Amino acid sequence: MDDLKAPVFVSTVHKRKRNEHGWKVFLTLTTSIGIIFLIVLLSNIINQSFGYVSIGYKVSPQELVGTNQPLETLSSPQLAEILRQRVSTGLLKQLEKEKPLAELSEPQLVNLIIEKVAKPEVVQTWTLWQSLIQKQEILQTASQKPDEKLVFYSWFRPRIVSTAQSSNPLTAGVRTALLGSLWIILIAILVSFPLGVGTAIYLEEYASESLLNRIIRTNINNLAGVPSIIYGMLGLAVFVRGLSQITSGAWLGLSGAETANGRTILSAGLTLALLVLPLIIINAREAIKAVPDALRQASYGIGATRWQTIWHHVLPNSIPGILTGSILAVSRALGESAPLVVIGASTYITMDPANIFSRFTALPIQIYQWTARPQPEFRNLAAGAILVLLALLLSINSIAILLRNRYKRY
Amino acid sequence: MDNKIDAKAVNIYYGNFRAVKDVTIAIPERKITALIGPSGCGKSTLLRSFNRMNDLIPGSRLEGSVTFGGIDLYSRAIDPVEIRRRIGIVFQKPNPFPRSIYENVAWGARINGFTQKLGHPSLDEWVEVCLRKAALWDEVKDKLRSSGLSLSGGQQQRLCIARAIATRPEIILMDEPASALDPIATLRIEELMRELAEEFTIVVVTHNMQQAARVSDFTAFLNMDHDRSGILVEYGNTAQIFTNPADPRTEGYITGRYG
Repeated sequence: MDDLKAPVFVSTVHKRKRNEHGWKVFLTLTTSIGIIFLIVLLSNIINQSFGYVSIGYKVSPQELVGTNQPLETLSSPQLAEILRQRVSTGLLKQLEKEKPLAELSEPQLVNLIIEKVAKPEVVQTWTLWQSLIQKQEILQTASQKPDEKLVFYSWFRPRIVSTAQSSNPLTAGVRTALLGSLWIILIAILVSFPLGVGTAIYLEEYASESLLNRIIRTNINNLAGVPSIIYGMLGLAVFVRGLSQITSGAWLGLSGAETANGRTILSAGLTLALLVLPLIIINAREAIKAVPDALRQASYGIGATRWQTIWHHVLPNSIPGILTGSILAVSRALGESAPLVVIGASTYITMDPANIFSRFTALPIQIYQWTARPQPEFRNLAAGAILVLLALLLSINSIAILLRNRYKRY
Repeated sequence: MDNKIDAKAVNIYYGNFRAVKDVTIAIPERKITALIGPSGCGKSTLLRSFNRMNDLIPGSRLEGSVTFGGIDLYSRAIDPVEIRRRIGIVFQKPNPFPRSIYENVAWGARINGFTQKLGHPSLDEWVEVCLRKAALWDEVKDKLRSSGLSLSGGQQQRLCIARAIATRPEIILMDEPASALDPIATLRIEELMRELAEEFTIVVVTHNMQQAARVSDFTAFLNMDHDRSGILVEYGNTAQIFTNPADPRTEGYITGRYG
């Protein structure tokens, strides 16, 4: 070996730099494409959510008042008088039975008049883009139709979360679906979070490296990749059919009209809990695994038991990671529609869920149902509902981020 | 002189691998005993067997007997949790809890049933006593509520020592306590060890032979056997080991010919 000469190095810096530059361009490109898709998605939704709407009335408000004064400026007795004149006696009786007209406030009366007498209907809608670039033309066309009212309409409005499903897009809202989604998510979190974190703690801190435990771990990873519709079928078989006595509330004595044969919020929540359970377990395991072993050693070294070590050191140090994983899981559950369809979510429902044994619908199902309608204005409404869903997601995420920051003390 | 720990014919296995072979050693009370030897000779393994930290490593087991003040540490009746309160440990890399300085010291006392009684220290006083013993009090007394991780490496290690003595152990095991520190911080730890030896029995694993010569009363030299398991070559008075070793292998190691 001694007679070998020194090895030769040919400078390749230039080539390596060029290679690196190529990769950098590629990576920038992939990121940009992702961002572009996101922007297209968001602008599409926003484009549909706002814009001019031409509203036609069965009886126009001007005709009702007689002058150009808006309805809102009238006093309650005047408004009540209009109602009495315009509404059929049968309907009037029904209204008086619910609550005497004299006791209603002015905004309530105005709403009643618009709903029962004026009966606004969407004649035509324009997207935000059209409203901006064709503004003059739209205004011009509208001025030729005096009986129609042109307004710049936001489909994403407070009213959309406060009103229930309706066949008129101007009065339809997502209240029922929103409440349904919130109930379902609440049940899913309450069931899957403790179960998932508990399982993760057991697998990481207690379970030995036996064959059985390895099989369990591998299977949990596989479960996370199972299509959600399979979970829907599982939920249908187990919660809706198998446990219908429990999920329909029959064991609590509920029966008849208020139950839904197991097609209830409880079944949906439990099914989504199953769906996100593997995600929560995997994320929690990773978070627990990331806690440095030195910390455990330090804790055991001063005479802490295993549980004291877990409770005082492992969990507080992994909770930010666990929460991050749970946010992802909840976001997934909130957007799921396939398993809910299989379980039997109602598509048209105007009654708010009263308890966990109520029939239900959820936001994604409501959105799908609206986009499937032939009338274009329902697609605008769906875009508004999507914004509600996004707002809900963001607020849930920010709660989790706040919680996470609270635990990050040092 | 009383022996605090008596290890007799100890073999320690990780799975099929024997890491420590047939070691018999007696650790005297309130003295500093240094374990020296080349990397991988089983010094740390032997040290950790004294408070059953090895139990946490899957597949490890021990043959032979280790007694602590006459109690068999490895008998079925012994709970390692209780043992670790009475035999504390300080690790190579400072590993304070990511909590306040106060909490780092107080937590160990609290979980081990610290109770305040008339005429005895309160938890606050006890934390101060421990931090003083660890020669850290003057540096941290104004920032007890700030994170233990905000301290320097040497301070963190002294915090770990304070944490270890807060459970009132009889023995403190130190696994290369100064190897991650700079020379000045190392010197402070060594001074501290001499002070602590008046009250505690200390066993220290070190790579640094000068350190062993400076601080310890007794030195054990471990070496690797042919099958890579650790054996005890020589054990005795530090002065004698370093000036007049009986075994040529010891002499070779301490004069720096190998290891």
